[in-house]
Amino acid sequence: MRRLILTLGLLAPVAIHAVAQPVAAQPATVRAEQPWARATAPRQTVGGVYVTLTSPVDDRLLGASSPVAGHLEVHEMTMEGNVMRMRELTGGLKLPAGQAVALAPGGFHVMLVDLKQPLAAGQVIPVQLRFEHAPPVDLQVRVAPVGAKGPGVAPSGAQGSGMEHAH
Amino acid sequence: MDRRRLLLLAPAGLLGAGLLGAGGWMALHREEEGVPIGGPFRLRAADGREVTDADFRGRWMLVYFGYTHCPDACPTALQDIANALDSLGPEAKRKAAVLFITVDPERDTPAVMQDYVSAFDPGFTGLSGTPEQVAAAAKAYRVYYAKHPKADGYDMDHSSIIYVMDPRGRFAANFTHETAPDAIAAKLRALMA
Repeated sequence: MRRLILTLGLLAPVAIHAVAQPVAAQPATVRAEQPWARATAPRQTVGGVYVTLTSPVDDRLLGASSPVAGHLEVHEMTMEGNVMRMRELTGGLKLPAGQAVALAPGGFHVMLVDLKQPLAAGQVIPVQLRFEHAPPVDLQVRVAPVGAKGPGVAPSGAQGSGMEHAH
Repeated sequence: MDRRRLLLLAPAGLLGAGLLGAGGWMALHREEEGVPIGGPFRLRAADGREVTDADFRGRWMLVYFGYTHCPDACPTALQDIANALDSLGPEAKRKAAVLFITVDPERDTPAVMQDYVSAFDPGFTGLSGTPEQVAAAAKAYRVYYAKHPKADGYDMDHSSIIYVMDPRGRFAANFTHETAPDAIAAKLRALMA
């Protein structure tokens, strides 16, 4: 009996490990909600992609790619007084566990650099996001009008994310 | 500001250290102190025509400096102006001249500027010029701008202020790209009344 308990005691962690293994092999997926982009003017070579990201574990948005642009960069726009500064987040964008991180006008965005053609309102473009830990996420990004402030169609519309905000 | 950045900024030439130090925020304070904002400028429009501030006398000028490689503040500002003027109606629109002046003349030709503003409203005017002409216009409006190099090219830091100049070319009001279109419209309505 004593031997059995001892054996079980030794086996238990092994069993737990065996169960835990397949879970660990499937890294946490980042949830990406309401992706949208702004339409661009003819001959404008950059565009902004916005989305809200939630990772179940601490992670980082490292980069992105899309067939519509030469390359993509993760940017932060900040205001110092009235001076607008835009910086590439070369170390990626932190996604703290369980926290929704909004990429939205006036803050973070993914910048499409060297657009192959202008983005037209209503168009849907594929964008793949890359993370430090999580597997890549493929987005279908809807292009909103040129001065849009949110994924809705009205350029001056509120940034409400749900139907309850619809006017 | 570190030394390296200062060195990188050095080629900005006419943009001397004084202007760099002046920062965009000063513009608002200057205005409060009664030092005039705005003044003569000579720039180039898409059709190759030279444009000066005098061409807009008799209309309310809304002047915003930015650049087309700007995916955030600049479209927001231009869209807010477009929405504000739309809400005021065609007469207000006729009385207003919206000028988007580049701080990045290297990449923004007059044609690129006009294409850009036309996406917001075909009646808007996009202006560029030689680096010296742009520097002079920015100086008149106390607009700060600087190149920020990055691995692949550069971005521009710039004051994000919408200036309203009265029909005689005098400073009347200012907004930022964060001012709501309703607030812009209300102020313009009061000014134009």
